[in-house]
Formats: sequence, C-alpha cells, structure tokens
Amino acid sequence: MASDDSVFGQRVLEDRTPGVEPEESRANVLSYTAGFLLAIVATIASFIVSQTNLLWPPGVPVGLVVLAFAQIGVHLVFFLHLGSGPDHTNNIIALAFGLLIVFLVITGSIWIIANLNANMG
Amino acid sequence: MLGRLTWSAIPFGEPIALYTGVVVIVVILAVLGLITVKGWWPYLWREWITSVDHKRIGVMYFVLGLIMLLRGFADAIMMRSQQAIAVGNAQGYLPPDHYDQIFSAHGTIMIFFVAMPFVIGLINFVMPLQLGVRDVAFPVLNSVSFWLTAAAVLLINVSLVVGNFGRIGWMGYPPLSELAYSPDVGPDYYLWSLQISGIGTLLTGVNFVTTILKLRAPGMLYFRMPVFCWTALAASMLIVAAFPILTATFVMLLLDRYLGMHFFTNDAGGNQMMYVNLFWAWGHPEVYILILPMFGVFSEVIATFSGKALFSYRSMVLATLAICVLSFMVWLHHFFTMGAGADVNAFFGIMSAIIAVPTGVKVFNWLFTLFRGRVVYRMPVIWAIGFMVTFVIGGMTGVLLAVPPNDFILHNSTFLVAHFHNVIIGGVVFGAMAAYNYWFPKAFGFTLDERWGKVSFFCWLIGFYLAFVPLYVLGLMGMTRRLQHIPDPSWQPLLLVAEAGAIIILGGILAQVVQLYVSIRTREQRRDLTGDPWNGRTLEWATSSPPPAYNFAVLPRVETIDAFWEMKRKGLPHNQSPGAEPAYEPIELPRNSAIGFIIAFFAVIAGFAAIWHIWWLVLSGLLAIAVTILVFGWSENREREIPAAELARMERLSLGRSR
Amino acid sequence: MTIAATIDAAPTELVPGRGGGGPAPTRIVVAYGFWIFLLSDFIMFSGLFAAYAVLSSNTAGGPTGRDLFNLHNVFIETMCLLVSSYTCGLGAFSAERRRPDLFFVFAALTFVLGAAFLFIEIREFAGMVGAGAGPSRSAFLSAFFTLVGMHGAHVTSGLLWLAYMAAQVAGKGLRPNVLRRLVCWSLFWHALDIIWIGVITMVYLMGAR
Repeated sequence: MASDDSVFGQRVLEDRTPGVEPEESRANVLSYTAGFLLAIVATIASFIVSQTNLLWPPGVPVGLVVLAFAQIGVHLVFFLHLGSGPDHTNNIIALAFGLLIVFLVITGSIWIIANLNANMG
Repeated sequence: MLGRLTWSAIPFGEPIALYTGVVVIVVILAVLGLITVKGWWPYLWREWITSVDHKRIGVMYFVLGLIMLLRGFADAIMMRSQQAIAVGNAQGYLPPDHYDQIFSAHGTIMIFFVAMPFVIGLINFVMPLQLGVRDVAFPVLNSVSFWLTAAAVLLINVSLVVGNFGRIGWMGYPPLSELAYSPDVGPDYYLWSLQISGIGTLLTGVNFVTTILKLRAPGMLYFRMPVFCWTALAASMLIVAAFPILTATFVMLLLDRYLGMHFFTNDAGGNQMMYVNLFWAWGHPEVYILILPMFGVFSEVIATFSGKALFSYRSMVLATLAICVLSFMVWLHHFFTMGAGADVNAFFGIMSAIIAVPTGVKVFNWLFTLFRGRVVYRMPVIWAIGFMVTFVIGGMTGVLLAVPPNDFILHNSTFLVAHFHNVIIGGVVFGAMAAYNYWFPKAFGFTLDERWGKVSFFCWLIGFYLAFVPLYVLGLMGMTRRLQHIPDPSWQPLLLVAEAGAIIILGGILAQVVQLYVSIRTREQRRDLTGDPWNGRTLEWATSSPPPAYNFAVLPRVETIDAFWEMKRKGLPHNQSPGAEPAYEPIELPRNSAIGFIIAFFAVIAGFAAIWHIWWLVLSGLLAIAVTILVFGWSENREREIPAAELARMERLSLGRSR
Repeated sequence: MTIAATIDAAPTELVPGRGGGGPAPTRIVVAYGFWIFLLSDFIMFSGLFAAYAVLSSNTAGGPTGRDLFNLHNVFIETMCLLVSSYTCGLGAFSAERRRPDLFFVFAALTFVLGAAFLFIEIREFAGMVGAGAGPSRSAFLSAFFTLVGMHGAHVTSGLLWLAYMAAQVAGKGLRPNVLRRLVCWSLFWHALDIIWIGVITMVYLMGAR
C-alpha cells in the first residue's frame, strides 16, 4: 500500500498519522528505546520530587505537572511519532484542540467550583 | 427475574398516557402490518435498514427528526394548553406529576431527537456530495450511529407506556435526579437513552471530522470547500470535544443512582454545582453544534438564490472557526445565579457578548450577498430571510441575558424560554426547513410544492411570534418557566395569545404534511431532470437527482471555490471533470451491513434491562453486542466492485435522462 | 501579511488527503479517525479528572488519599504500564516488518505486563473496599474509584482487544486490514499510558503528600 512519491511532477509530502512510522530502519528502534529510557527517568523523577524534599515543597505541584508534561511529551514524540513537519499539521491541530478543551474543562471547573464553594459552601 | 418491572409500570391510572400509548402502538402495528402485507420488507431491509450509503442514512436521520418533531410538538401544545387554562381556581387537565414529565420529554426530545438528527442527517446527505467523494470515511460506523440514535428514540418512547419518564427537566439536575428524590425509573430512561444516542453521536463526529479532513476530491483545498462543509467540520469538532463531557457527567450520575456513589448527592460530600458546571460545559457547545451547520445551509441557500458568490468566503470561514473555539469559553452564562463571584461572572459575561461578534459578521455577509443579487424567491431563501430576522432578535435577547445583572432578574423566567426558542426555532428549525426544501429534489428527484410551502412558512413565522413574544413580556413581568398552574390571573391574556400561536404553528406543521402529500401526488410535473433545479454552485448539483450509489463515476477535479459553478461557466457537461474524458475505472463500494441494526437491537434490550434492574438481561444484551462486534471484526469481503463497463452504462443512462 | 494573503500562500502540494491529490489512503484515514476518537476519550477522562480535582477534599470524615495510597504499588503499576508501552511498540515494529513470530512474543509480554497492572490495581481496590473505604463512603472516594476504575476498565478492554488481535494475526496473517487494526490498538495502548501519567500525577503523587 505505497503512497505516491511524485504526483504531477511536484515534490509530495507524505500524509502522516500518529503511530504510523513509514520507514524501516534500525534508527527507529534506537530512538524508540531512547524515548523509553527518557520516560523512565522522568517517571522516577516525579516520584522522587513527590516523596522527598529535593524540590522546594511549595513548588512540588508545579514540578509534578512539568514532569507529567515531559512524560506525556516523550510518549507523543517517541512512541506516537508526532512531529512538527507540515505532514503532521492535521495531527498537531487536532491534538492542540483536544488539549485546549481538556485544559478549559479541568481548570475552568476548578476555578468555577472553588469560587462557588467559597460563596455558597 | 424481571428486576423491578411489574404490571404497575403500565399507566392504567393515567388516561392521557394510556390512550396515547394505545394509539401509538396501534399505528405502529398498522404500519408494520401494511409493510408485511405489501411485501416491502426485503426492499426496506436491502435498501434502507442495512444500507451504509450516506445518502440513505441522511434521509433516515431526517425522517426520524420529523417524526419526533410531531411528538415533541404534541408535548408543546399540551403545555401551552395547560398554561392557558390553569389560572386561579382552575387546575387544568394535566396533574403536576404528568406535566413535569411532559416538559422534561419536550426538551429532551426536541434537542436530542429532533434537532440533532436534522443536523446530522443534513451533513450526512450533503457533505460527501459537496466534497466530491463517494461516502464518509467509515460508512458502516455511520449506520451504527444512526441505529443507536433510533434505539434511544425507541427507549424514550417506551417510557410513555412502561413506567414513566423523568420529572427532572431536560437537564436532569441533582439532587432532584438523585435516588433520594427520584427513585422511579424516569431519570434512568433519560440517562440510558441519552448515553446510547451519545455514543452514536460521538462516532458520527469522529466520522465527519475524518471525512472532511482526509477525504476530498482532488484539488479541493481547504479554502475551496463549500462553507457548509466548513460549518459541518466545526460542528463535528465540537461534537468530538463536547459529547464526552456529557458522557462522563451521566456516568457519574448513573453511578450515584446505581452504586450509591456520592458525586452529586446531598450527603457524604457530593457537589451538585459540579453537575451543573459539567452539564453546561457540554450544553453550550451543543447549541453551536446545532446552529453552525444551519448557518452553513443559509450560506449555501442565500448564495444560490442571489445568483452570486457568498460575500467574503474567508471571513465566513474565520467566523465559523472563531465561534467553534469561543463556544467552549462561555458556558457559565447558564448558571450566573448559582453563586459565583463577580470576577467569574464578569469573565463569562464578556465572553458571551464577544461570541455574538462572529455571528454578526455572518449576518452581514449574508446581507451583502443578497445586496445587488438577482434574488429568486423560492422556499429555501424565504425560510432564510425568515431566519435572519428571527434569529437576530433571538441573538439580541441572548446578548441581553449575557449581562449578569440582567440575568439575575431573568434567569429561568419565560424570557429565557422565549430567547432559546427564538434562536432554536428561528435558527435550527427554519434552517432545517430551508434545507429540506433545498435538497429534497436532490434526494428524491422532484421539487416540493411551492404553494403549500409558503402556507407552512407563514404559519410557522406568524405562529412563532404569537407564541413567544408574549413569553418575553411575561418573563419581564415575573413569570417563571415550567409552571403547571398560573398564580397570577393577569398573565392569562398573554398566555392565550401564546396558545393561539402554538395552534398556528400546528397549522404550519400540517401544511408541511400536506405539502409532502401534494408534492408526491404531482411529482411528475416537478421532476428534476438535470440534477440542478436551482442553478446551484456546489458539487452536489453536478450529480443526477437522486445521485447514483457511487455519487461520482469519476471524482471531479476541483480548481476553485464553487466548483460546480466554475464547471458550468466553462460549459462542461455534468459528471465530467475539465479536460478529462470519462476514463472509467472500477469502483469499490462498501457492502450493506446489518451490524448497525443488530447492535441497536441489543442496545435497546440492554438499556431497558438496565432501567428496570434486570441484571441478567443487561449482561446478555452487552454480551450479544460484544459477540456481534467480534464476528463483524473477523469478516472479510466487505466491499463490492462496480466494473468499469457497468459504470459506463449507468452514466450513459443518467446522462440520457437529463437531455 | 494580511490574513487573506496568508491563506493564499498556504501550501498547495498535491498530497492525497490534504486537498491536492484526492482522498487519503485507507490506512491514513483509519489511523486518523482513531486518533480523533482517542482525543475524545481524553476529553471524557478530563471530565472525570475535573470531578476528582473538585471533590478530592470532600472526604466526609472518612479516609483521605494520604491514608490510603501505597506509592510502592503505584510505582510498580507505572513501570508495568510503561514497559508494556515499550513492548507494544516493539510489537508494532515486528508487525510492520512482517515478523509475526516476534510480534507474538512482544504481544505476550505486553499482555502479561498489562495483566500485572490490573492485578495490582484490583488488589488495591479490594483492600480499600474491605477497609470500609469503598466508592460509596465519600465523594472523594467516588471520584477516585471512578477515575482510576475507568482507566482500569479501558486497560481491560485493551487486553481483550489485544487477545483478539493476536487471534487475527494467527488466523489471517499480517494482511493490510489486520495491520491497520494493530496501529489503532497500539495508539490506544499508548494513550492509556498517557492517561495513567495524568492519574499518578494528579491522584497519587499529589494526594499522598
């Protein structure tokens, strides 16, 4: 099921979706393994940050969120092959829209309910 | 063995429900009997029930919406009548218990089973044709979505004769919807019905987004897509983003009711305000899901009947996308009075006012399209003009309500009721009627009768204003919504005017029934032989009426916006792309599939069993669905091929008919 | 640049599925559709996350997260899921390179790790229920059990789906439609790990402080 490499004599960018890696090469397994190790490091780091005083205590929630984004980012880039090139534009826009909604729902609800609890609780 | 289902579930003590139920059952049996006697089952099964063709599925959705419009409207006229007479000592004819079910059913049915099917049906039928492709991305999933919606419709109608519907409004706020205050089956009918149709709708959203982004005719860049497809994309993105929130919210309420959890209960730390918050985080995008495609309909209709390209295509697209994103930032305006502070209320009030701006851009674009056009007054554009006036008024009352201090006085009054009916009827219903008149010839091969169309339009228009302007006034006078008995006799004159309006709308609906009947009787006089009865601009008019199963024998090559207008300008015959001779290649079409119908069948069983706590039946139903999916997942040979010679023959036939 | 000019300058290379070359190939359409569905699943979870965030301090006088959460188990669960994501990817590589034998090895490893995750989680739930800290004890516990349980239910479906896919590979071989479904399955599995990262961060790590 090959895709056209040249149509109408112009350079054609390949349409990509997350999770689909077109080329077969050793480099892919290596980068995948690198991502895996990065994810392990970030995971262990978040447990350490949470359970010890290595990070200034009031900053721990922020640190955990940052590390969570790091872990998720590793998953998206290394495991799902999400890139930044033009062939990934649809995927990135979809993800961005989804993330926007997730952010609005979670932070919106927290803000609204905290406000309501303060006035009505 | 049968959970909590007993004979007392049948409403022997409620004559209205009982007699209605009996009549409905008799009618259904009569229809089924007629079909059986006439031997129409094989045709129906082959051509409609197991069809995965987007055109067929679109028609079925729209028909479902029309049928449920009758049920929802019956609820409406019952409420109007009750309010018109139940003043002072008079108690009316609907006891509170029954009245509460009626207003709950009215809202639920109109939003979920009339408006949504209209929108989804229209997008289903029109969008692939406008994109110049053969079907949506996942045709079998499309069928599953439709049948799940139909399953939910069946379940909700069963509540009329077995048990009762919820008395919790169409929003189902706790604590009233919790077990402590509604231990009956009503809320469960509401919840399970909407969860089932919610799955169908979500899958439709995924289907449409994928189709519009990944399946377009060659050369159809994003900014060459018809505006209707842009609005369909925005609405579908909203479906994908918003419906999961409703699913999660209903899951939590169901867990409270079934497993004794405490998300929204009065005790053990539940927070009812969180339900309201999450419900409207879905609910506001929902109304934009309903209206955006209708904006797209009006864009198409106004451009076609003005004989001009739509004014400022780019700003139309940008306005659509702006509305899409902004619709997720205004939801608190549905509960300004719940107690949030001034900072929160002000933020959402301002955002609600801002979202009116892109809508205003659209209205001006439509006006500028009509301006200096050669307007041909046919039913679609007549409905469009009615929409523009009515919707703008409704939108303005919306901006009025968006100001929190105003809303503090008017929240949950009949002013609010008038506002949302103003925008939904003026926008969604008028849009559905315009679309119905506009695309009916494409679907069935003949146009609708104009005379009865005008009768229905004027009845709807006049009836609407008579029915709802009094409600604006009553709201300002202090009348709240959902009243079964009217405490203030000075309200009665206005309520009688509203009742008259409702009866005139009934006339409009009957006129539409007559319109359909007359149109079918005299269809030969209004046959659409060319496929292009309105001198259209977009690709759906490049096919025959009705289009063949495969839509386009050769996918058109698109070079501009309004691709079909450009083809006509270049003098091309239909179904041919510029410069290319019809070199037909074999086409693969998906085979029919019964999986949608089968899954829906078991979904009805599982849903009914869940409502009545018949646990073994729930498990059996779910297991049957799982087995169906596994069996389908193993099947091969899901496509059939139309050989090139066959294609050439069919094309020659249809071209011959159009000369 | 004005907006109009930016739009005119948008890339117009003729790529199937991106406006130029017509409809995209099936494997792209299927994977993209499934990606959109996964985003909707993330949003569904965000509703449950929001409820947890709002209700996590409503313990109704009952046990709190600090009392209940065992971070050793959570760490083991997390490693199980993370390693299973890795083996899932290796399985996908094997399938793409038409090595069904390797695919079965990695699929089996993924299954075992996923099952181990579920085993630990079910044991945790059973322990909490047995100690009187079940989902009907308080709003906090309702939210906890629902959020984490919903994730567990997704993991369970993922394992059942994996078993079904293994059967398809065994019975039909690595033909195009089977490969497309494997892509969807591995997208699903990775997405579950992403959601788990959210769960450990918001529920366990913040809650155990």
